[in-house]
Amino acid sequence: MNSSPAAIEVMNIRREFRTGRGMFASARPVRAVDGVSFALPAGQVLGIVGESGCGKSTLARMILGLLPASSGEVRVDGRRLDSMDRRERARLIQPVFQDPFSSLNPRRTVEEIVSLPLAAQGDVPRAQMRERVMEMLARVGLSAEMAGRQPAQLSGGQRQRVAIARALVLRPRIVVCDEPTSALDVSVQAQILNLLAELRRELGLTYLFISHNLAVVEHIATEVAVMYLGRIVEQAETDTLFRGPSHPYTRALLASVLTPEPGKGIPDVGLGESYPDPANIPPGCRFHPRCPMAENRCQSESPEGLVRGGRLVECLLA
Amino acid sequence: MKLRHLATALGGVIVAFVLLVGIFAPLLAPHDPFAQDLMRRMVPPEWMEGGSTANWLGTDQLGRDYLSRLIYGARISMLIGILTVVTSGTIGITLGVLGGFFGGRVDDVVMFAITCRLSIPLILVALTVVALLGSSLTLVILTLGLLLWDRFAVVARTTTMQVRNLDYIAAARAAGASLAHILLREVLPNILSHLLVVATLEMALAILLEATLSFLGLGVPSPLPSWGLMIAEGKDYMFFSPWVIMVPGVTLFVLVMGINLLGDGLRDLLRAERV
Repeated sequence: MNSSPAAIEVMNIRREFRTGRGMFASARPVRAVDGVSFALPAGQVLGIVGESGCGKSTLARMILGLLPASSGEVRVDGRRLDSMDRRERARLIQPVFQDPFSSLNPRRTVEEIVSLPLAAQGDVPRAQMRERVMEMLARVGLSAEMAGRQPAQLSGGQRQRVAIARALVLRPRIVVCDEPTSALDVSVQAQILNLLAELRRELGLTYLFISHNLAVVEHIATEVAVMYLGRIVEQAETDTLFRGPSHPYTRALLASVLTPEPGKGIPDVGLGESYPDPANIPPGCRFHPRCPMAENRCQSESPEGLVRGGRLVECLLA
Repeated sequence: MKLRHLATALGGVIVAFVLLVGIFAPLLAPHDPFAQDLMRRMVPPEWMEGGSTANWLGTDQLGRDYLSRLIYGARISMLIGILTVVTSGTIGITLGVLGGFFGGRVDDVVMFAITCRLSIPLILVALTVVALLGSSLTLVILTLGLLLWDRFAVVARTTTMQVRNLDYIAAARAAGASLAHILLREVLPNILSHLLVVATLEMALAILLEATLSFLGLGVPSPLPSWGLMIAEGKDYMFFSPWVIMVPGVTLFVLVMGINLLGDGLRDLLRAERV
């Protein structure tokens, strides 16, 4: 792993939600994110993968400061994110969301949308604001005439370019991309991915790239973290992880990728029928009820924090 | 489809017409609406037997020109309609947006306020206000404005709840926008079209309630030419001079229908926009 100082550092962050506050059901805590830690050097891309409900988006929202963490902390350049005011945080970290149809205010023009982070700073002169917006629009591949349009007049790909321009107009250090391509047509996905990769090189950005699409993550990430039930169960450099997955869950994820041959059907990854439930996390290894290799000790012994061969693999058997 | 657009346009024309008549009442009214002429009482309208072009819609029991009173009455109705909607809209939208956006305890308080408001009988409050403070135009506007905000609050609350979880709100927060910016510039413009429809309904309701209160003697005091008051004052004469209640009655009906047609049309336009 890289030894340069971390651009972003997440330390043992947790988030619980309380549900079932009904007349008959007692409150049951749902542990959406259950102790996630990682450090990412500047200029790197950490891909976070996992199935729906594993806590990817909750993690993203906490890192963005949109959702308070139950415990733990996020540091950017060594400083705690929750000690900053909203303006300072906005200068350091920005989001790109999944659905460009809901991430742009339909009542505002492209120029207004992209200039919002600058306007929120409160000290950028109007003329300079316009100049920087235009420059950023050009950079994401939108012509100047788009500035006066409303989101409804744009295609999905163009909308996502606007969202990227908004995220980058303040020149943040870190961009959190929460499934930025999964709402787009396949033909547009590659364009947006290449744009993100290009902008990272040019502007020296650090990405947190959340996705359930393994091919996309393999393409863009330098390092990959696999999440299962609120924890990172395996983390390694992209090549290492894709070539030699150590955790049985990672192996199952990689095996679940559909082949282009329709005759082969949906691959059986050997995980059984049960679904992971964050309101009822199993004792011991949280993956053992679905694990094809599980032994008796997996039911009682926790593999939390195990490191094997220089990489995090939370599995007793790996 | 065509008919619906026609109805919306008709509603718009009616409302605009009454509004303009109200604004330019001093220029349009042929007589002073307060001038009494006891020699010319209960003159029928021009098209009835005994009518003349001196008083197109006849005169009332005090010999005042009915057309002039009707024209000045448009002022009262529109004034009450608009000011009530502004007052109640401000209260209701503020409460609704706050409750819908913050949820939790704030929402509990807002919901409690709405429930309390819904359990207050309007006529009883109006009666108490008149008994305590006497009747005046300002009091009618205040009473209605402070009571008719419940629908604004309910609609603002539910629409805000739909909007608050959308990603552009999250993006604005991540962009460092202030709470005021998020509520006023990101949330409000996106729920405004729904509130516009409520505003038309409330305006029609306010105008009708003013007429009701005035009819009951709890609203605008005589001799102001309110349409409701005109009906109230004319009811003793309606068997022999039916126009004294028909003229303001029909006018009131047409205006309220116009506002409702406009509101219906706006709602349909909205639905089309969302698809």
